[in-house]
Amino acid sequence: MAAHSAVLSASKIMNPFWVGRLGNTAKVFGTTLIRHRNKTSLTPPPAKYGGRHTVTLIPGDGIGPELLNHVREVFRFTCVPVDFEMVNVNSALETDDDMNNAITAIRRNGVALKGNIETKHTLPASVKSRNNVLRTSLDLYANVMHCQSLPGVQTRHKNIDIVIIRENTEGEYSSLEHESVSGVVESLKIITRNNSIRIADYAFKLARERGRRRVTAVHKANIMKLGDGLFLQCCREVASGYPDITFDSMIVDNTTMQLVSKPQQFDVMVMPNLYGNVVSNVCAGLVGGPGLVPGANYGRDYAVFETATRNTGKSIAEKNIANPTAMLLASCLMLDHLNLNDYASLIRNAVLTTMNETRLHTADLGGQGTTSEVVQSVMRVIQSKGQFTAEL
Amino acid sequence: FSLETHLLPRKNLVAPPARYGGRHTVTLIPGDGIGPELAKHVCELFRFCCVPVDFEVVNVDSTKTSEDDINNAIMAIRRNGVALKGNIETNHNLPPSHKSRNSLLRTTLDLYASVMHSQSLPGVRTHHRNIDIITIRENTEGEYSSLEHESVPGVVECLKIITRTKSLRIADYAFRTAREKGRRRVTAIHKANIMSLGDGLFLECCKEVASGYPEITFNSMIVDNTTMQLVSRPQQFDVMVMPNLYGNVVSNVCAGLVGGPGLVPGANYGENYAVFETGTRNTGKSIANRNTANPTAMLLASCLLLDHLKLHGYASMIRKAILSTITDSQVRFDQCYMQFVGGIQLLLLRPALYFDITLNMSSPLCSSCTLLIWEVRAPHLKWSSPSWMQSRAVDLAHRDTRNQMTVRLHLSL
Repeated sequence: MAAHSAVLSASKIMNPFWVGRLGNTAKVFGTTLIRHRNKTSLTPPPAKYGGRHTVTLIPGDGIGPELLNHVREVFRFTCVPVDFEMVNVNSALETDDDMNNAITAIRRNGVALKGNIETKHTLPASVKSRNNVLRTSLDLYANVMHCQSLPGVQTRHKNIDIVIIRENTEGEYSSLEHESVSGVVESLKIITRNNSIRIADYAFKLARERGRRRVTAVHKANIMKLGDGLFLQCCREVASGYPDITFDSMIVDNTTMQLVSKPQQFDVMVMPNLYGNVVSNVCAGLVGGPGLVPGANYGRDYAVFETATRNTGKSIAEKNIANPTAMLLASCLMLDHLNLNDYASLIRNAVLTTMNETRLHTADLGGQGTTSEVVQSVMRVIQSKGQFTAEL
Repeated sequence: FSLETHLLPRKNLVAPPARYGGRHTVTLIPGDGIGPELAKHVCELFRFCCVPVDFEVVNVDSTKTSEDDINNAIMAIRRNGVALKGNIETNHNLPPSHKSRNSLLRTTLDLYASVMHSQSLPGVRTHHRNIDIITIRENTEGEYSSLEHESVPGVVECLKIITRTKSLRIADYAFRTAREKGRRRVTAIHKANIMSLGDGLFLECCKEVASGYPEITFNSMIVDNTTMQLVSRPQQFDVMVMPNLYGNVVSNVCAGLVGGPGLVPGANYGENYAVFETGTRNTGKSIANRNTANPTAMLLASCLLLDHLKLHGYASMIRKAILSTITDSQVRFDQCYMQFVGGIQLLLLRPALYFDITLNMSSPLCSSCTLLIWEVRAPHLKWSSPSWMQSRAVDLAHRDTRNQMTVRLHLSL
């Protein structure tokens, strides 16, 4: 199917009639044309020299730098064969050079781990959100977030296990706005057939791989009939090819209401960009907050890992109270992606042991621990497993 | 901004002129799903309490594609000034040119503010306590402009419109409401980091208006952070103002937090008209005609209606009765406002459930009773034992130590 679309895209690009017309979609097909690889998102990138992977690291702003330092510490300690190539992005500058460097680095390495880059409201509107630019340039079309209730964390709802798949490149986040008449702003929300089919296909494939029984599409097609109607139609089309998985749909306002009363009914959810943002934040809040859930952005050729709720955390930066769990679990997802599953499960178990058994919680979970204490505890657990490690 | 003040609507509208012989006329749009049965209960309740309101029922058929029905409804609302409505279903199978009827009503009558007050009720068990949030949502523009087109096949563009005038208007409404209700803080919900022009304009307008209300704190929060905070710590929010789509999501989250869609009423205010409905606008097709729907939201919406018509006495009476029914399923005789004369006269508030009635056996009326026969009477309405109720005889053999007896009466409709 990927080859088919690559051929299709090749003919579309070659035809000069389409060059101006396709606009955004042209960029999408452009990347597939350049890279003639038919990779699924599960093939690890080839940047592996001497048995060591190189991963791009983008510290970002707020709590990003300190959390990523901790990740590096843990990786060093566990002797994980990953080297980090750090690329700083200065959010205060208006030029795009920093961002372009970062994107080139990710293209080179194939995998990245990033903190959130702040979007300053004071800069003019032409300066797009850097995170958004990264996601669209690399065509990281699927944002996957797995929310699970952890036994050691006190929450009001128990037994939550939801996988949220959110379209990451189009929808309301197209950054296409204009003020044709002064005082009247039009923001465009773009929904395309190709992207919707792509994300629906990703969702169903993931559901099948993880043995999930149900996929729910979240939409607002009663109001946005064409837009979300198209999304829903694409989901239904893809669903017909997966008869073992139940497909249903729910309007976004009803979904959020059900999420706060009975979140256990949801299994896998797929949705466009904005609803995905809201719903994933609600789920993160339900399982314990932004400090617990990791998120992954997958594209055809690249993968970028970060915390699921993409907070900069400026108010708690440098105070040693941030919760490192989300970033550590994100680094485990990265290790899984690089096929270093042993290290991934080692670190993940250590983090979960610290969370559930030792109950060493940071302030956002109501505990007294500091970030460094939590990280130290994680490293101690790793050491106690008898693996070959560096000094504590 | 100051130039437009004289054009901004007055908050305290004079009661609409559809008042003849001391009785108001209110348009009633039953809608679909549970709407008709709940509207019927409201009518019954109003009759029972002798509220001076007459309902002009206008049916809107959601299966038809012609807009005549909804235009009739709009004309009726224009005539009467006030309406109570159930949700009209939007059929997905009809072509996109068929706009949502509810949306059409809101935009044509320019009901620009949707106000929903989510409060934790003492008798309802929820995960969170002490929630008291007013969500004010822009009701006419934003993502709900119904402007969509497919310029290239397979690529759909939906337009989200944010205008300066409407943002100023809704912000002004929010601050005025906050001031009137003695609220301390207004939070604007936005996504200006991504939609910097659109939500940026909205935020700017809110800030402008906030400068004119120095006693009220103003802050802003991004919608994803808001929803996360709402699920963990909803007590931090006071009044929230936001564009249309975020308003939809946030108000539904708040409704879910206080107990669900059956509890919260909503009101849509415009310059000249007001329409009242349930807060979360559900059709409830799956529970229609089964006598299981929760009438609280619709009944509280009718109380908001009475408040708007300045019939505060009736409004507070009905509201008190509803809240005491929810919090306390025992209906004591001294709380009923019909006298205990011979038979028991009850205010029917929850159909098809039971009422636990506590009888104080030491009172002279009850002490000699051995058998309790009840039926519903309403002499002033000239009916008794209506066909939709059954009377039963209950044996009063069991008394507890406080000389009180609780009798459970099953009411079937």
